Amino acid sequence: MSATDLNTAPVPSFDDDEEEGGRKLVLICSKGSLDMAYPGLVLANAALGEGIEVHIFFTFWGFEIINKKTMGDLKFVAMGNPATHMPNAVMGLPGMTAVATRMMRKQIAELDIPEVPEFLDIIHESGGHLWACRMSADMNKLTEDDLYEGVEGIISATDFMELSEGAQTIFI
Amino acid sequence: MPVVTVHDREIHLDDEGFLTDPTEWDEELGRELAANIGLELTDRHFEVIAFARADQAEQGETPTLRRVTAVGGFPTKELFQLFPKKPAKKLSYVAGLQKPVGCV
Repeated sequence: MSATDLNTAPVPSFDDDEEEGGRKLVLICSKGSLDMAYPGLVLANAALGEGIEVHIFFTFWGFEIINKKTMGDLKFVAMGNPATHMPNAVMGLPGMTAVATRMMRKQIAELDIPEVPEFLDIIHESGGHLWACRMSADMNKLTEDDLYEGVEGIISATDFMELSEGAQTIFI
Repeated sequence: MPVVTVHDREIHLDDEGFLTDPTEWDEELGRELAANIGLELTDRHFEVIAFARADQAEQGETPTLRRVTAVGGFPTKELFQLFPKKPAKKLSYVAGLQKPVGCV
């Protein structure tokens, strides 16, 4: 195929002219380990880069990801995880969680993937919305002051139903 | 693959319209590509484009948005303002580069 001028050339379809009814993604992050924090953050970041409206709802152990005290120090536990192909008798020894966590952090850093707090900064700056679960906050006696600054609010399950209306929802 | 002639020279594109050879790009073409997607390029756009092109030439692949921020020093928020909604793809397109392949 050939053409004589740029007007006839293919132009990528960025599909961003329609304002109303755009795609909306809700991620529910319910786990507090290092390996379970990343799937939600990576997907949120990718969706934002595609112009998709993104909300992340942190609930139960997912609070570890937005709790200022723990967000920079999430752990990877290899024991009981058959995908590590290591015997539980070994992975259950004292200090093995620290070793496994260190290894995973190194692998993540080698790929130039940001650490959790920086990743939240990127998502926040990209326009992603972060929400904390009311019940989890009450159970752990946490307030907004304890949480990452980008969290927009502590909301109830009912509020969550409203904000997730019409969204694609992924539970992690 | 489509080949178009712009200002008497051949430009090679992939099926979506991204340039396949960054060396066929110049600023004039960048402006025309930008106009195709409704963008008008400012000096600041060209600063980001210059970084992306230099980084691609050095690394052999289009920088991800994270890299444009972390290495190039352009704030994420500003990139979303300059190249609305799909900054990585729009930047690649107007800079004459392929889409970035990295996840983050």
